Amino acid sequence: MPRYRRHLIPLALLGLGLITACGGPFPQSTLAPTSDFGVEIDRLFTGIFWWAVGVFVVVEGLLLFSILRFRHREGAPVPAQHHGHTTLEIAWTLAPAVILVFIAVPTVRSIFTTSGAPPEGALRVEVIGHQWWWEYRYPELGLVTANELHIPVGRTVVVDITSTDVIHSWWTPKLGGKRDAVPGRQNRIMFRPDSIGEYMGQCVEYCGASHANMRLRTFVDSDSGFAAWVAAQRLQPAPPAAGSTEAAGQQAFQKYGCIGCHTVAGFSAGQLGPNLTHVGSRTTIAGASMMNTEQHLREWIGNPPGMKPGSLMPDMHVSAADLPALIAYLQSLK
Amino acid sequence: MSEATGLKSWLTTTDHKRIGKLYFWTAFVFFLIGGLEALLIRGQLAQPDGTLVSADTYNQLFTMHGTTMVFLALMPLAAAFFNFIVPLQIGARDVAFPRLNAFSYWVFLLGGLFMNASWLLPHHPAPDGGWFGYATLTERQFSTGPNIDFWLLGLQILGIASLAAGFNFIVTILNLRAPGMKMMRLPVFSWMTLVTSFLMITAFPVITVALVFLMFDRVFGTHFYLPQAGGDPLLWQHLFWLFGHPEVYILILPAMGVVSEVLPTFSRKPLFGYTVVVYSGVLIGFMGWGVWSHHMFSVGLGPIADSVFALTTMLIAIPTGVKIFNWLATLWGGQLRLTTAMCFALGFIALFTIGGLSGVTHASPPADLQQTDTYYVVAHFHYVLFGGTMMGLFAGMYYWWPKMTGRLLSERLGLLHFWLMFIGMNLTFFPMHFLGLLGMPRRIYTYSHDLGVDSMNLLSSIGAVVLGLGMIVFVINMWRTRRHGATAGPNPWGGATLEWSIPSPPPVHNFDVIPTVTSRLPLWDAPPKPEPPAGHIHVPGGSWWPMVAAVGLPVMALAPLTHTVWIVFVGAAILLYGIYRWAYEPFEV
Repeated sequence: MPRYRRHLIPLALLGLGLITACGGPFPQSTLAPTSDFGVEIDRLFTGIFWWAVGVFVVVEGLLLFSILRFRHREGAPVPAQHHGHTTLEIAWTLAPAVILVFIAVPTVRSIFTTSGAPPEGALRVEVIGHQWWWEYRYPELGLVTANELHIPVGRTVVVDITSTDVIHSWWTPKLGGKRDAVPGRQNRIMFRPDSIGEYMGQCVEYCGASHANMRLRTFVDSDSGFAAWVAAQRLQPAPPAAGSTEAAGQQAFQKYGCIGCHTVAGFSAGQLGPNLTHVGSRTTIAGASMMNTEQHLREWIGNPPGMKPGSLMPDMHVSAADLPALIAYLQSLK
Repeated sequence: MSEATGLKSWLTTTDHKRIGKLYFWTAFVFFLIGGLEALLIRGQLAQPDGTLVSADTYNQLFTMHGTTMVFLALMPLAAAFFNFIVPLQIGARDVAFPRLNAFSYWVFLLGGLFMNASWLLPHHPAPDGGWFGYATLTERQFSTGPNIDFWLLGLQILGIASLAAGFNFIVTILNLRAPGMKMMRLPVFSWMTLVTSFLMITAFPVITVALVFLMFDRVFGTHFYLPQAGGDPLLWQHLFWLFGHPEVYILILPAMGVVSEVLPTFSRKPLFGYTVVVYSGVLIGFMGWGVWSHHMFSVGLGPIADSVFALTTMLIAIPTGVKIFNWLATLWGGQLRLTTAMCFALGFIALFTIGGLSGVTHASPPADLQQTDTYYVVAHFHYVLFGGTMMGLFAGMYYWWPKMTGRLLSERLGLLHFWLMFIGMNLTFFPMHFLGLLGMPRRIYTYSHDLGVDSMNLLSSIGAVVLGLGMIVFVINMWRTRRHGATAGPNPWGGATLEWSIPSPPPVHNFDVIPTVTSRLPLWDAPPKPEPPAGHIHVPGGSWWPMVAAVGLPVMALAPLTHTVWIVFVGAAILLYGIYRWAYEPFEV
């Protein structure tokens, strides 16, 4: 083998490693959990993973060794014809059984520790899946919002999950495992986030045309930050000043039938689409699939099915004259 | 005895070898179609915000990729070997019910064409509910077009083919064994065919019920799966996976059977622990019925159900592991000849092991809550079904090709095919483990650059291209073998089982004299002495009626598809007329 070819395989491996390593950061990684639930799962998975690595090394090692060592040679006699060996059979039945005990016991323990009764003072949130956005309700706080969940750090959150149409699944990977949103049933997960920050997630049960665009964000706030957010959400937006662009936008909101589906507290009471009372304060729009910018609002309102295939919000043919006012109005809903 | 070769002889054939070839070529074409669908999927995902296909088309592609590979490619490719090889391995002249066998094939072909016809209609309303078609998304309310109808009616038709084939092979293997071929002398491939057949006749009724409910919901307005009226979408999931998990073993056991034939032949050693390997296969068949809810750990069945299904799932790893160790022990101390067939069989062990181990990681429900419905699961089942089943089936193709055609495939192209497959497979599917753990869900037609997974997706797509190249090499190999392949002779590999005791390709009647079996490895232990041909051997002629009867089924399916009641009577009339003529067909033709 020429000298340069000896370096081919390590070089190829190095290249492969570089290609895969130059991703990131990974906002939806399950490997960097920031809640008690996520940490518990990660610990369980890590344990199982190393058992699997051990079995992998043994099996692939024996396989490779056999391939290299027991090669056919011309004229060699017929090998000894072994038909089996009872002790060996018992050994390699028991060995995996013993390994599985080390996997099963922590598994069952984790199942029960992650599904007990919620602790005192937990914050309850109702998550309702819709094609293709998330509705969030805080029954104790009397708040309703969409796609962006705010929760306080260090306090257990009880998430009760259901759906109004098809099956979805609610998942913020860094905060722990997913649960399906099944119409007619209520599922629960609990977790206590341990780090302030903004966490990405998305629907993980195929739910139709725009499944890929049914995303979400979870904001873990400081205690004071969460209190401020709650206070702001409780305020009703002030009616726009007469004659302002926002006032024209509010009229457009009525004229184009937006009020039929969307609630803006104090102005409209539509129920089909997300509550827009504080849409101006959200960082994203359209099922958290795009950032909340003027440009995106224009594209989204102008062509909903083009931006989010299958979107139940139709193109309401908002005129070029009305569109800037409508956007200004939506952005004013802080 | 001369053999007719015209088109009519193929349309009316009841010869298990010809039906095996029909199964093979039909399933192979569907395999290529499913592969093209996979290439389009990987093309779309090669970069973030991909625009190669639309969201709707993408959803159709992954639905039909899964459905095609499971029902139209992998199962019938295994059935091709059941048909061609099992009667030869057990020393029989044909299957027990040759005309039912032809019926199975035609129903399979027509069911596959029915489902894929949806691609050809205006706006191509191909099925788009995912291969496991979860309610309520598949209900009329959320899927108004004919897409799901094509899927559920196509599956109903295909189920009939599987049921008929299952009964046929059970009776064949139990009743048509040559004298002395005791059950514990049966070659392992035939054993796994038997277990698979039992799984088919028990699992398919379950999905049939599930699909009938869905059809009633969609066509007659019932509410089996709709919660507003007291139905339950989870009823579908339980029924589907109660079928679906045994189905996984329907897909893998035949490949395990192939590997259990190929490894001993090319190690020149008997299969280590034959009895244990057979009983493990039987045990897997039984245990496969008790694990279905591990597909449902995220639907909230409660801690007790989750714990029970976690434990049953972990237990099934034991007989699977035992098989792997017995295969390794078969290699140990052998004289390994690394032919293409052997390479694919060794590849099966290497890759199936990875799929099995990742399977153990999601047997643990809390861990599965982070893994299910992500690319980690896609990686897992492709290591099982591509690394396992397809590697096993490719091993079978190279191993039995000379028996089926009389010519050897090129080993040079074969090894190239193997390495392209082995490298392409790992390049495509290994990064998916990371994609899933880094939070990329399944079944998304687009993803954001923000996820940080662009390069891993590109790598995976490059791997898919390598797999495509491998398939091109394989097609070239098969094509050039027609003229250039070396003549095989009866036993090119020095195999030990009965199929290698007769000419390649075998004559219509298979065996001049039905052999008497005295050993598990007849050709190694006691080579049968050539005996003079026993005069004229009668082989029943062909029949049109199985095909006619089969045509009735897709015609009946047109009724719910088009909401036209009278069509169902036309289809039923064709079916009944076919069966009637079939029943009263003179025995001697």
